[in-house]
Amino acid sequence: MSDSQGMSIVVRVVTRWLLGLILIFGLAVALYGHLTPGGGFAGGTIVACGFVLAILAFGGSRGPGAFFTRWASALDAIGALAFLALAILGFTAGAFLQQWAARGDAFTLGSAPSIVLLNLAILLKVGAGLFAGFSAIALFEQTADPDTADSEKGADA
Amino acid sequence: MLQLIPLFVLIPLGAAFACLLVKRRVPAMAPMLSLVGVLALLALAVTGSVQGAAGASIAGGWSLESQGTTSFLPGIALVFDGLSAVFLLLVAVVSTAVLVFGFRYMETYEGRPLYYALLNLLIAGMNGAVLAGDLFNLYVFVEIASIASYALVAFGTGGREVEAAFKYLILGAVASASILLGIGLIYAATGLLNMADVGTAVAAGGIPETTLLAATALFLAGLGLKAAMMPFHAWLPDAHPSAPAPISAMLSGLLIKTLGIYALVRILYLVIGMDGALGGSLQTLLLVLGCLSMVGGVLLALGQTDLKRLLAYSSISQMGFVLVALGTNTWLGVAAAIFHAMNHALFKGALFLSAGSLERIAGTRDISKMGGIARIAPATTIGAVGASLSIAGVPPFNGFWSKLLILIALFTAGMHVVGAIAAATAVLTLVTFVKVQQRVLFGALPERLKGAHDVPASMSLPVIALAVLCLIGGLLWPLGLDDWVGGAASAVRTDGPTNEAPAEYRRMVHSEGRQP
Repeated sequence: MSDSQGMSIVVRVVTRWLLGLILIFGLAVALYGHLTPGGGFAGGTIVACGFVLAILAFGGSRGPGAFFTRWASALDAIGALAFLALAILGFTAGAFLQQWAARGDAFTLGSAPSIVLLNLAILLKVGAGLFAGFSAIALFEQTADPDTADSEKGADA
Repeated sequence: MLQLIPLFVLIPLGAAFACLLVKRRVPAMAPMLSLVGVLALLALAVTGSVQGAAGASIAGGWSLESQGTTSFLPGIALVFDGLSAVFLLLVAVVSTAVLVFGFRYMETYEGRPLYYALLNLLIAGMNGAVLAGDLFNLYVFVEIASIASYALVAFGTGGREVEAAFKYLILGAVASASILLGIGLIYAATGLLNMADVGTAVAAGGIPETTLLAATALFLAGLGLKAAMMPFHAWLPDAHPSAPAPISAMLSGLLIKTLGIYALVRILYLVIGMDGALGGSLQTLLLVLGCLSMVGGVLLALGQTDLKRLLAYSSISQMGFVLVALGTNTWLGVAAAIFHAMNHALFKGALFLSAGSLERIAGTRDISKMGGIARIAPATTIGAVGASLSIAGVPPFNGFWSKLLILIALFTAGMHVVGAIAAATAVLTLVTFVKVQQRVLFGALPERLKGAHDVPASMSLPVIALAVLCLIGGLLWPLGLDDWVGGAASAVRTDGPTNEAPAEYRRMVHSEGRQP
């Protein structure tokens, strides 16, 4: 992956324009998961696809994808831990996973703040996890570095 | 305590992801995090068992009242009762021993933080499966534990490990698919997933008999494969020896019981109902397959020269004991099955760990190339001998009591032929382990091993601790342990001295599930 030089200037420019939109779209799908179709998993998939696009366009060692590659495994773990922490906060309201934050008006973003936060944690976990899976497959394809390949595979498991 | 039930799953899950988080920068923290996790689990499990509290915790605080319904319960129910308590305590005890043993043993492996992460995921999956109150979450947790175990079997990344893991993965996936299909059939027929609700619906005849028959067959095949019941055992003799020793101990000691035996007890007794329309044929099946596993396992074990492979075949044989005890369909039989499963976790865990130590000392797993190790490794020998005496059924070790109990249960239920087969198998088990002791620990020390020395204390002490627990279990059996195990059996059978009844399970999920 690190050897790849990416694609032509046209693709790179278009990707640079698109990437922000893709990430915002992914974030929106996750944020409004409790109101509209979607949620953390769908949003996370969109975000992961955005970074996969960046890797394809810019190559593995440059561009926004490179940063995500370095941190995917840690972000994956942080996403999972954040979900657990939010779920445990439910104990303060009486039960595991119970809504602990005050609810706002129906059909607004604030109608269920704890679900919004849970969806964001899922976005992080799924986005980083899927991306790490993609990186692992790309690594198996291109290099024979068993250490990195193993750790990426483990992060996905 | 009841509110804290989800912690049994949350603690190992949190530890697993924390291990992944620290794996690059501070990999040395992974074992410490795992140790804190299993010690917390141990404390929780002991507290739960001592208090004897039973009840349910519903994620999200759902309850029948809040839903305005009286028929079925939404939400993820985790149910803690006598039966769960036994298995939770077992998982915590064996995991602690395995973890401590692994500190030094795993030093030769690469990527240790991943090992700790997977080990914690395995624990989370097993604890979840033991607590799950509905069929679908049982399946989810079984999958979490299974997937972690596939990766752990391949952890050595050698050709043989990967081949064994692949075989295990394919057969395990077939088993999981079969379990899921069974759950799907039940859900399609009743619209219910909660085990207590499904059990009531089945007992009331609310599900067509052919559907129930198909679902039962799928459950028996799927869970039978997870429990390594013959003829579904083919993966175990490859997978268990290929894994690193601590993982072999986890798989043989815990996984086949929590995913196989426990789930079988819950589903056969609570959901499908051993007293129902299918009870008679299920009983026959369990007895026949149990005898097959018992005799086939021990005969195959007798011929092995690879120490870990021998232990793996012996696990199949011991699971056969548990299955025939379950086939009696009596309270005594279930209690004997639970007690034997519990004892097997302790002594087979100790045996697989000591096999790891012996492999390190002798540099081989071939028992024909070992000998006289007692002279150079006294600490390892004490643990191995204690566990062997226990599995061989020598009094006053726990293995003696559980085998005796299984024989009593079989003979009082009028199953004399099966009882005779079980007694003969017990003798053959004794022969197998006498052979192992004689070839490996005693006899002449080969020239090659003259300079070898014992493993460090952090590897021999966990084995000794498990062996001591085997002895304590045997000594305490007449002094109160029988009540505890009997209480676990009362969770699924009504004909025991205490009458907690399966109906209690439903009441618990429905009324005590409500959070204050």
